[in-house]
Amino acid sequence: MVHIKTLNQTKLTDNMNVKGCGECQTSCQSACKTSCTVGNQKCENK
Amino acid sequence: MIHLFKMNDMYFAVDTNSGLVHVVDEIIYDLLNDDSFKCDHKVKELENKHGRDIVSEAISEINYLIVNNMLYTEETNAVNKIKPAIKAMCLNMTHDCNLRCEYCFASQGSYKGEREILSYETGKKAFDFLVNNSGLRRNLEVDFFGGEPLMNFETIKKLVDYGRSLEEKHNKHFRFTITTNGVLLDDEKIDYINENMDNVVLSIDGRKSTNDRMRKTINEKGSYETIVKNFQNFVSKRMDKDYFARGTFTAYNLDFSEDVKHIRDLGFDKISVEPVVASPEEKYALKEEHLEILKEEYEKLTELYLESNKEENKKFNFFHFNIELDGGPCIYKRSIGCGAGTEYVAITPNGDIYPCHQFVGQDEFVIGNVDEGICNEEITDKFKNVSVNEKPVCKDCWAKYYCSGGCHANAYNFNKDFNIPYSVGCELEKKRIECSIYIKGKLS
Repeated sequence: MVHIKTLNQTKLTDNMNVKGCGECQTSCQSACKTSCTVGNQKCENK
Repeated sequence: MIHLFKMNDMYFAVDTNSGLVHVVDEIIYDLLNDDSFKCDHKVKELENKHGRDIVSEAISEINYLIVNNMLYTEETNAVNKIKPAIKAMCLNMTHDCNLRCEYCFASQGSYKGEREILSYETGKKAFDFLVNNSGLRRNLEVDFFGGEPLMNFETIKKLVDYGRSLEEKHNKHFRFTITTNGVLLDDEKIDYINENMDNVVLSIDGRKSTNDRMRKTINEKGSYETIVKNFQNFVSKRMDKDYFARGTFTAYNLDFSEDVKHIRDLGFDKISVEPVVASPEEKYALKEEHLEILKEEYEKLTELYLESNKEENKKFNFFHFNIELDGGPCIYKRSIGCGAGTEYVAITPNGDIYPCHQFVGQDEFVIGNVDEGICNEEITDKFKNVSVNEKPVCKDCWAKYYCSGGCHANAYNFNKDFNIPYSVGCELEKKRIECSIYIKGKLS
């Protein structure tokens, strides 16, 4: 690729059959108590 | 669905459904803009601008991404795989506070009710409720909240011991956090917190003038001098454990990047400064008319972040610029959002259970109590049925898998409908995501 550089190694749609354990942190328990930010949480199931 | 944006000298294409983020050049940006690559006369125009061979090469790269499900990816309906189980609890240790912050959503700690303290017995029942409703989830989170939780410090210590005593028997692991205004933070409490709390949120708004305008003592004096000293003492002993110096910005400090900078200069390297949530009639409320200024401010903050990160002693982490492009939550989690009322609850000193801390004090949102458990499933069902792919505004939004539909309480408070998100919050969230992606691109 000359014109495009992809920043991720994985897609949200990869390995969907083994995802969805629900063990990751609840977003409001981190630093935000007034806004919902889920995309910066970490997966606990890797 | 894709989202194209340009920030400073960089161009990006975000593929919503795969979550892939592509740094592209101007030619790709032009070709993707309005789907120009599909339209012969637009391609011709771009060939005249960039050259025929280069445009042809760029179109090949676009087609490669499409064929490999990396661009214009189809929607995946990923709702409802996560089985509902309550695994996070905001435990209101007091409905009382030793500050009188003007913007406090908890009505200066009382949540519009009596000033109360959580007893050890009620706290134990809250822990039992959490364990008994957590199903197979192992990681359980308890945030000691308030009011000001350090006003009930001895009970916190007893409840942490109680929580630990439940772990082995029930195969659970507790993660404790605390949110404090810092007024009562002395050496004894600091040592205890550093030993027992996985994360700590330290409330400070930034510059003295910003902080003291909103965060006042009971005698209406500023809290800045007291809390800065205490927080600096705290952080000097925190070592590498997590914490956030967390502030709120309002219409009074639209230049909030200066407050972030100030917090950094005080020696705090993990910072979160968030927009206030307030009714539009409040003088300090953020409104549509502030959006352009605030977006520019996030860009200033982005530059500050990148500049600061070049120097070891100025480096800082800004909560809303953290973004997990790999290793973040799965698409199931991203579809259901914050989990209020389904995996997250708030429990008050009298034992009432609410879907989250933002609903505390609104009687119609009591979903149960620690003696009887969840009693009002009419309310919890409403939360179970909220997902980004069902909210009309969210389902066609490029940012839906980053914010996961936003804060339900904000949606309800502004629109009286969980399905209509708070629009000012959406715009700011989208800007923050763009800034976060730009930072990733710059540092890649």
